Amino acid sequence: MDCSGKHDVVSSEGTIYESLLKKGFSRRDFLKLCTTLTATLSLPAPFVSRIAEALETKKKPILVWLEFQDCAGNSEALLRATKPTVGEIVLDTLSIEYHETIMAAAGHQAEKSLADVVANHKGNYIAAVEGSIPMKDGGVHCCIGGRSALEIAREVCGNAMATIAMGTCACFGGIPAAAPNPTEAVGVSAAVPNIPVVNLSGCPVNAENITATVVHLLTFGTLPALDKFNRPLFAYGKRIHDNCERRAHFDAGQYVRRWGDEGHREGWCLYEMGCKGPETFKNCPRIKYNDGTNWPVGSGHGCIGCAEPAFWDRMTPFYERLPQPPGFGVEATADKVGLGVAAVTGAAIVAHGIGRMISGKNTRED
Amino acid sequence: MAKIVIDPITRIEGHLRIEAKVEEGKVVDAWSSSTMFRGIELILKGRDPRDAWAFTQRACGVCTTVHAFASIRAVENALDITIPDNARVIRNIISAIQFVQDHVIHFYHLHALDWVDIVSALSAAPTKTAALAQSISDWPNSSVTYFKGVKEKVQAFVDTGQLGPFSNAYWGHSAYKLPPEANLMAVAHYLEALDWQRDVIRIHALLGAKNPHLQTFLVGGMAVPVDPNSQNALNAGSIAFMKELAVKALKFVEKVYIPDLLAVASFYKEWASYGGGVGNYLVYGEFQNDNISNTDNLWLPRGIIKNRDLSTVHPVDQEKISEYVTHSWYEYPEGDGTGKHPWEGETNYKYSGPKPPYDFLNTDAKYSWLKSPRYEETPMEVGPLARMLVAYASGHERVQAVVNLVLGKLGVGPEALFSTLGRTAARGVETLVIAEMLPVWIDELAANMKKGDLRIHANEKWDPKTWPAKAQGYGWYEAPRGALGHWIKIKDTKIDNYQMVVPSTWNGCPMDAGGRKGPWESAIIGTPVADPEKPLEILRTVHSFDPCMACAVHVVDPEGKEVTRVKVI
Repeated sequence: MDCSGKHDVVSSEGTIYESLLKKGFSRRDFLKLCTTLTATLSLPAPFVSRIAEALETKKKPILVWLEFQDCAGNSEALLRATKPTVGEIVLDTLSIEYHETIMAAAGHQAEKSLADVVANHKGNYIAAVEGSIPMKDGGVHCCIGGRSALEIAREVCGNAMATIAMGTCACFGGIPAAAPNPTEAVGVSAAVPNIPVVNLSGCPVNAENITATVVHLLTFGTLPALDKFNRPLFAYGKRIHDNCERRAHFDAGQYVRRWGDEGHREGWCLYEMGCKGPETFKNCPRIKYNDGTNWPVGSGHGCIGCAEPAFWDRMTPFYERLPQPPGFGVEATADKVGLGVAAVTGAAIVAHGIGRMISGKNTRED
Repeated sequence: MAKIVIDPITRIEGHLRIEAKVEEGKVVDAWSSSTMFRGIELILKGRDPRDAWAFTQRACGVCTTVHAFASIRAVENALDITIPDNARVIRNIISAIQFVQDHVIHFYHLHALDWVDIVSALSAAPTKTAALAQSISDWPNSSVTYFKGVKEKVQAFVDTGQLGPFSNAYWGHSAYKLPPEANLMAVAHYLEALDWQRDVIRIHALLGAKNPHLQTFLVGGMAVPVDPNSQNALNAGSIAFMKELAVKALKFVEKVYIPDLLAVASFYKEWASYGGGVGNYLVYGEFQNDNISNTDNLWLPRGIIKNRDLSTVHPVDQEKISEYVTHSWYEYPEGDGTGKHPWEGETNYKYSGPKPPYDFLNTDAKYSWLKSPRYEETPMEVGPLARMLVAYASGHERVQAVVNLVLGKLGVGPEALFSTLGRTAARGVETLVIAEMLPVWIDELAANMKKGDLRIHANEKWDPKTWPAKAQGYGWYEAPRGALGHWIKIKDTKIDNYQMVVPSTWNGCPMDAGGRKGPWESAIIGTPVADPEKPLEILRTVHSFDPCMACAVHVVDPEGKEVTRVKVI
């Protein structure tokens, strides 16, 4: 892929920084924003100045957001973004030229907005995709403006500088692809092979990771380092279990046994209640949700593994205890333990899930 | 004349296509089509019923929570589980803030641009805007300096030459009636509401980990612990946090949303005579006052209004519901002439529309992924208008007072409710009355904690080993968009069959065997269209229903197997 900066991420007049200043941001507010973004990207502090420099000099990138077999949960997540807020994203950070849930235009006029970007900014815009793409029967199970999702994705993602898959459906097929996958749904990479795709999995995506990915792209001119599922390491490089605020209780053997028991009220480990944190790679414990207010384990419910491929099949039943994770250490990454986990949870199920993810075949073996 | 097509209908959840015939400046016929299908009910078969809420919640990320509620209630109904009082109260709080936040987002971010011309706002005088804002509300953000700042911000954005999500819209359309200062005020509140919605919904994060897609629902209760003496449970600090956000929620509704609604509506009173639709209204009711699933002890009452007759509220009998597939991409073995009770549903999902890419659907044949639910063979409207009409007619005092206030301020009678404007106004009324209850339910939780009641979950039937070999039940819930029902059949601790009949299926359905059109289709007919190339007026009526397509697509058994009737407990 080519994200080397050869393509200018060109769009409107003025840089992001100028845009923020016009909006009443002080230099101090701006640097605070850069610091937050640096932290989300898991970068050391000296990078704050580099990110600031990028935002001061780069123009607003054009982004088109496609919705296919989706629930709009990732769009709603974008509306909850805090660093920066959605108002800042829409007005200052990105030039969002197409997004069905928020755009004013409808019908032909809406389609024109999308066609204009593809025609005028070929290779220079970012495509965001939400929802899976159904492959069965020529794609008749999802049509927009009379065109199939597959046809739209081929054209729009195929001509983008890079595609960001927002949420697990767009990454890996998600819930429509859960067995028996009635519509042969797949993620973007499977539907449109050989294009650069960053997968931001999660159900839904954490909005802070969207901004961080875009900023990474702007700051370094390249996509962030990715794991074997094409997820950025800055957000998916560590297991939830290893960053969990309740880890000490796991190590001490202090487990919740019943909902509402003393251990539950005291914030003990949810492993016995089915928590999938030991098999899930995401930065939830660090950045949390809704302006850092909370996250699943913090609120008393186990992780359901929503960032992992085929989690609707692999991680269910949600309330069944995982087999004892054997010898996991904090040094492990998804790349290293992926198959190890498979061996624990049942190789057949995993192979089935991943196989279906890749092939899009409508099979059910469980 | 040829049909016009609007696809995608934007500023909704999901994929909706409207085809309409326009003659002499008016819609004379209309067809509503859902163009996306996933098959979540098929995916649920064979799974743990305790997991179903997480799957069904993904039906929709905009009205997140609603399918989780219907699902846990259906399982609790099947297993005869009574939830602890704290679980009921926490559910009411989660529901209430969902309604309030969702309705405000609908008004400002999905619906407002049908009435508000952003480009016109750029010619507004900040002095006039401030005068207008101060005349309708004492909301503090109303100074000349404030509106000058908003105007400059919008101007700077427009000057970049890239309007982003605001490009290619119908700006300058002759159907926009607001003066520039009202447009600027609305734009300012569009932006304020963006920040407000993100802030107040943190009640969901506190009680349910995150929004959208909360992660706290349990069959038998809720997963958020309650303990005033723990830092890892809901405690006095949590109560204070929620109260603070509840006050912010109510203030914005009282001082921004309702005044804006009245101000905008006063310029569009002719819309009280368009968009009436089918005139029949179905409500399951919501906000439980006791802990039994599907109780009729509800804060917003259950009932049916027929033919716009507010003198009688009829009871709801689920036996009278049937679904047609005459114009839907499904097949019944007996043919398309009859409707089937949802419990007897038997369907092959089979697309028979045109091969994409296509220009028009064949609306004489099958044309949508939605089925056509009917009550006593009659199409029913569901949603805020239905709820407010049933509450009004049932003698709900607070609803009556607010409805009368709104009608009085607009100088119109109750007949104005049966319209596009009435539907949009009813959503505002509902938002206000629910926002007023939010602190009450938070206090109720605090009172329980004070009593030492820490129970959040009925554990007795958590273990599937305690379940009977066969069980069946249903769960009703009022989603922001209307009456929602889930039906479940459990066999050997696994889901044997699962059915969802959802609000946008009631509202957005295609024709039935008798050619009776659904609420959207009926409501669009008669709508004036000044310019068929820019059918802004059609969007107004469609958006007044707040469509939500992803949840609306309904599917049952793909093998065409008979699905046994589920007995109501």
